[in-house]
This record gives sequence, C-alpha cells and structure tokens, in this order.
Amino acid sequence: MGRTILRRLGSFALTLFVASLLVFAVLDLLPGNAAAILLGTAARPDTIAALEQQLGLDQPGYVRYLAWIVGAFTGDLGRSATYGVPVGGLIAERLAVTLPLAALALAIAVALGVGLGVAAAAGQGRAPDRIASGLAQVGIAVPDFWFGILFILLFSTTLHWFSAGGFPSWSDPAAAMKALLLPALALALPQAAVLTRVTRSAVLEVAGEDFVRTARAKGLSARRVLWRHAVRNALVPIVTIVGLQFSFLVAGAVLVENVFNLPGIGRLAYQSLAQRDLIVIRNVAMLFAGLVITVNFLVDLAYLWLDPRLRRA
Amino acid sequence: MITNRIGRGLALAAVALLCGASPAPAKDTLTLGMAVEPTGLDPTISAPVAIREVTWGNLYEGLTTLDKDGRIQPLLATSWTVSPDGLTYTFKLRPGVRFHNGTPFDSSIVKFSLDRARAPDSTNAQKQFFAPIGSIETPDPMTAVIRLKQQAGLFLYHLAWGDAVMLDPKTVGTNKTDPIGTGPFKFKAWQRGDRVELARNDDYWDKGVPKLAAVTFRFIGDAQAQAAALRAGDIDGFPNFTAPELFGEFQKDARFATVVGATPRKLVAGLNNSKPPLDDARVRRAMMQAIDRKAIIDGAFSGYGTPIGSHFAPTDPGYVDLTGVLPYDPAKARQLLAEAGHGDGFTVTMKCPQMSYTTRSCEIMQAMLSEVGITLNIVPSEFPAKWIDEVFVKYDYDVTIIDHAEPMDIDIYARPAYYFRYRNAAFDDLVAKADKLADEAGRSKLYGEAQKILADEVPALYLMDLPRLNIWDAKLQGLWPNEPISQMYVRDASWAQ
Repeated sequence: MGRTILRRLGSFALTLFVASLLVFAVLDLLPGNAAAILLGTAARPDTIAALEQQLGLDQPGYVRYLAWIVGAFTGDLGRSATYGVPVGGLIAERLAVTLPLAALALAIAVALGVGLGVAAAAGQGRAPDRIASGLAQVGIAVPDFWFGILFILLFSTTLHWFSAGGFPSWSDPAAAMKALLLPALALALPQAAVLTRVTRSAVLEVAGEDFVRTARAKGLSARRVLWRHAVRNALVPIVTIVGLQFSFLVAGAVLVENVFNLPGIGRLAYQSLAQRDLIVIRNVAMLFAGLVITVNFLVDLAYLWLDPRLRRA
Repeated sequence: MITNRIGRGLALAAVALLCGASPAPAKDTLTLGMAVEPTGLDPTISAPVAIREVTWGNLYEGLTTLDKDGRIQPLLATSWTVSPDGLTYTFKLRPGVRFHNGTPFDSSIVKFSLDRARAPDSTNAQKQFFAPIGSIETPDPMTAVIRLKQQAGLFLYHLAWGDAVMLDPKTVGTNKTDPIGTGPFKFKAWQRGDRVELARNDDYWDKGVPKLAAVTFRFIGDAQAQAAALRAGDIDGFPNFTAPELFGEFQKDARFATVVGATPRKLVAGLNNSKPPLDDARVRRAMMQAIDRKAIIDGAFSGYGTPIGSHFAPTDPGYVDLTGVLPYDPAKARQLLAEAGHGDGFTVTMKCPQMSYTTRSCEIMQAMLSEVGITLNIVPSEFPAKWIDEVFVKYDYDVTIIDHAEPMDIDIYARPAYYFRYRNAAFDDLVAKADKLADEAGRSKLYGEAQKILADEVPALYLMDLPRLNIWDAKLQGLWPNEPISQMYVRDASWAQ
C-alpha cells in the first residue's frame, strides 16, 4: 500500500514537470506580446522595446523558464505585466471566488444528482424513474451559461431578487454567498444531470449482483439493501465522475463567470490570454494542470479506500 | 385566530409602508459601468483607453484640461503666456494644491513629470508630444518655464491629455496599482476583474467639488450583461454602452436618460499602401466609392454614427466635411477599377479584429466590394494580441478595420512606421507645418488641406465617427454626454433631489 502511494507520488511529480515544460513552450509560441498590447495603437518601435525590457520580455526563453521555476519554489510567481501586481495574490483573489463557486456547485450537483439517480434506480421503470431521467435529459441538453442567462432574466431583471452579476467581496459573506448562488446553480444543473444518469446505472448494475441478492435473501429491508449495499458499492464510478467534475467546474467556469461577470479564475485565464500576460496565464495554466493531476491522484487513493480488491493490484 | 393573524400582518405592512414613505437620505454615491477593465491606473506608462477613462480628471490632473466641448482650459496651471517666437511657455501654477498623500504641487513637480515623460527610457504612449521640449526651468515654486526646441502648435492641447498628468516623484513606481494624484477623488480599492472604487478627496483645491462621496467603476464586458446590470439596478449608468442594437429599448424606458454624444473616435478601414494593388490611388478610390457608409452605420451600429470623408472627427477643431469627395457610386468604382487595369477585379485579405462591431462591418464591406468585383477574404484576427502583432508590428495585412480613439491624430499618416505605410511628402509637410503653428485659425486651415489630401488619396477607407451611447439614471446630472477625449469625468456628477 505504502509503495503504491509512493510510486503514484513519483509519477505525480514527473507529470507536473512535463506539464510545466509544455505550458511554457506552447504559450511562448503565441503571436503577440504584452508590451505591444499595452501600448496599443500608440505603439512605436522604441516604446515597445523599452517596455519589453522593463517587463523582462527581452530575455531568452530558458532564462525566463528557469526564473519561473526557481521563483515558484521560493514562493515568487512574478508580476502580472498588465496589472503590475504579484501573480500569487492575483490568483489567490480569483480562487477566493472560483473555489467556493465550484464547491457550492458540486454540493448542489451531488445532492440533486445522487438523490435523483438513486430515486430513479429504486423506482426503475415507474414514474420517479421517468421524471428523473426526463430532467436529466434536459440538464444534459442545456449548457450551463444558458441556465445562467435564464436565471438573470427571471431572478434579476424581472423579479429583482438577485443582482445581475458582479461580486461584492468576502468582507460581507452573506452578500458574497448570495452573488454565488445563481451561478453555482447554473453550473450545477448540467453536472447534476450527468450524475443522475451515472448514479442510476451504477446502482442498477450493482443491484443485479450476487451480494445484493444475498443481502435481500437474508431479509434486510429494501431501504437498507439500497443504501448500505447497492449505493455504497456504486460509489466508485460516482466518485470518478465527481472528481472529474470538480476540476471541470474550476477550469470550465469561464462562460458562467462571464455571464455573471464574476472575477473568478476562469475570467482571469481568459483575460490574461487576450492580453498575452504570459506570466499570469502560465501560472493559471499550471494551476489547472496541477488541479487535474492532483484530483486524479486523489481519486486513485479514494478507489483504494472504497474498493478493497484494488489494494492488492 | 385567522383574522387576528391577518390583522397583525396588515399592521406590519402599514409600518413597512410608512418607513418606506419617509424621505430616504439623499444618494451621494455613483456606480458606473465600463466595458473594459483598465490594465493599471497610471495613464503615463501605457495606452489603453480604459486607464484614462478611470483616472484622467478623477484621480490625476494636468496643467491644462479640455472642457466638454474640447476647448483648452486651465487646471493646475491658472494661466500662461507664450513668447512671440512660440518657443517659451511660462505657466503660473495653482497655489494650495496637494497630492492625495500630502505632497505639495509646485514647479519641481512640473519639471519632474514632463522630464520623465520625454526621457529616453520613457514608455509614455504619446512620447512624441514631449519631444519638442528643450528644457524646463523653475524660477520659483509657482512658476514653470518650458522652453521648446521647435514650435509646437498643439502643445497646450497635448498637455491636457492623460499622458501628461502631474505625478508625485515619490509615488511614480507604485501609481500603476496605487495611484496618487491631485484630483477630486482618491483611490480606495480595486477588486481586479470587478471594480475600482474611488472616494471623495476632502482636501481638493476646488472647494464644493466633488459632490459625490464615492464613485465605483464596474467592469462588464458582455453587452447582454451590461443591459441586465442596468435593468437590475446594479449600476446607475453606462456612459459608453457597447451594444447599439439594445440602445433603442432603453430609450423607451423612463427610468433612464439616453443621450447620443459625440466622440473623436473614427472607424477606419486601414489599407496597406505598400502592397499592390492597394498602392494605386485609383484602386483605393474605387474601394471608397464602392462603400455605402450609411449602410455600415445602419447595419452595424443600428443607425447611430456620422459618416466621415477623412481622418478627422466632426468634433475636432478644423473639421471639414469631405463625405462628398468620393460618394457611394458602384458604377464609378467599376470604371476606376477598369482604368487601373483591374476590370476583372482582384482578391485581398481583410484582417478583421474580433469585436462585434468590426465583425459586422467587415461582412457588410465584403458584400459591397463584391458588387464591383473585389473579393474580400475575411480572416478573423484576435484582438488585441494577434491583431497588433500582425497589422501593427509586422504589416502583414491588405485591409483591416479599427476605431482610432485619439482626437486630432491626423499626423499618424506622416509616421513612416505606422501601419498604413502611406508616404506623401506634401502631406508630411503640411502636418509638420500645422503642428508647429501656434495660431489656431491658421492651423485649422492647414489641417483642412491635410484632410483633403486624405479624402482624395484614401490611404484608408473613412467610414464613420462613432457615437457615444450614454445610458444613465434619469435623476443623475453632471456627466458629460460628449467625449472630447477618452474620459469618464465624474467631478461634476450629482443626484437631482
């Protein structure tokens, strides 16, 4: 078990290193540079050169790569070319919006998706199943940003219950949570739909296995069989999907953040790419890569815990 | 029991109503929407318009300023004299002015700020404004004497730009993130990606100004989100609304005042004058005559905007209406093409930056040019990164389109490295002469002649002067509907009682 974890840790570090090389190389190939963009239509060759020097863009690639990696280990991620502030703080500000948003969306998605999925499996072929499957169909067909636009039309511009977007900062936690509720719901619905389907089929599959039949034969109540045996053993595919969804929610929230005008990490990634603020986009890309790699690592560990058979492998 | 509960409910409702009916405290804060977030808050080190909009006149001030009609007015200089040879400007400075951190404003600040702007390593986007300066003298704290190497007719005008604001030497390194100026508002907070907050400067030199206690700029890029934020009451106004197609709906809504203002922003389809067949003036004239400017204004801007015939805005002093020089006339265009040896037409590439108004304009132009046999291959170019690189740095384009936001910038056609790649010695001469001339009437006449050369030679296709579509709360007063220079001037804003 210990050696398995160590081996996975080793490949985890190697994957991160390869990802950093790829991220750096690919972004360096992009046309356009931050100095010329900052100077815009007033740019002249001499001012571009002066600004490139100030931003450190005139140095060779390997020097900038090493400076980035060494800096990352000493906690200095560099300064944003556009904003002029340390990248670490910039990313932290944005994560303070996106992480709670993604966590809230995931909680809603799990509650709705697993609940509906189990209900559909328990009432297979009958009304609950048909209703849950119908809802899931709609949720998968409609993209999250479209739910967002509908919510704004209904709750903001018509009913005036919520503001139409923006984020008031965590100094007022109630207002901050309120600002995250609609976008979290919009993000959650398509994910809940996927989870409903996965849960339904996973529970149904497990329900047909011998140990469930045995449990039922021993005279356990239907509810106990469902939750203790069928659902618990259906958790492996559900956890896989939930793990994938969390990284998707963090990295993929950009459209919903745009609709609700939320200053999250997705918007930062989009803006810094448009501005060729390579120092920022490099670190955000690494964060996304690191997140996906870490979540996969944790999902692996969760398998080991949930399914004893895998521990021997 | 039930009646009892209803009675209590009614009483509560009555109390609530009474509270609501009592006069609310007068509103003294303002939240305005902007489409683009500034990239830093120092207008002296980079160009994006959004920086000037937030900072100019609100946080920072210069020696001179422009009023809402674009005329030069005193600001931190109360008066000035110009020597007869036009080379020495003597400024009397406003006494009792302090920066937000307490530093007093005097002639040493003037010398520092302008020397910094013209230094060899300066990244000031309008560095050429300061090139004529030879030396700056400070005979006493309230007098600054600027000696020019050559005459510069627009010198006072250029000092009114955000690029020429006065800065405290102690804070120049941090102004980008923590701006310190002499303006009526102080910087309070910047929540990146969302808003910049300003608070009243209680020590402002002009007593009684500003009237508002706090101003917040919110950044909302998406046009639908802008409209939703206005309707939901999240923001009090959007002075530079970016979706003309949604403007009409706000005009019907009594809660809002909608004003179409004038701007110096010229929508121009730039041509690469160094590449055949666009190096032939007959071909460029044919393209201009193939274009119905009104159709672009109607199709891409819902009818808001004014056709132009040269690179000058109707609000700029010295403007000449030249829309009649090469009017829409496809038959004439075909004839010109035949004369130039392109009777069968030709194919060129249009690098189209990705913004809603440019994309629509590109498509309309494509349709109109195809009528005379010119095939326009539209190639999308991500703005700003790819477009600046392709068009501005590498000149890798035939036709493009962009809005030129700077007022009085006709001299760009005289810059050898500029993206039009246009060369005309007579034009360069005129502009050089006009730039030096201190006399305004004479200068306007020379700019008029320069405009005529452009209208005839069409180094770029002149399409329209962009409008400023202002939407704000009907009770809000004191905001400028016009835009003599890119700004969101909130100094005089207040709420009607």
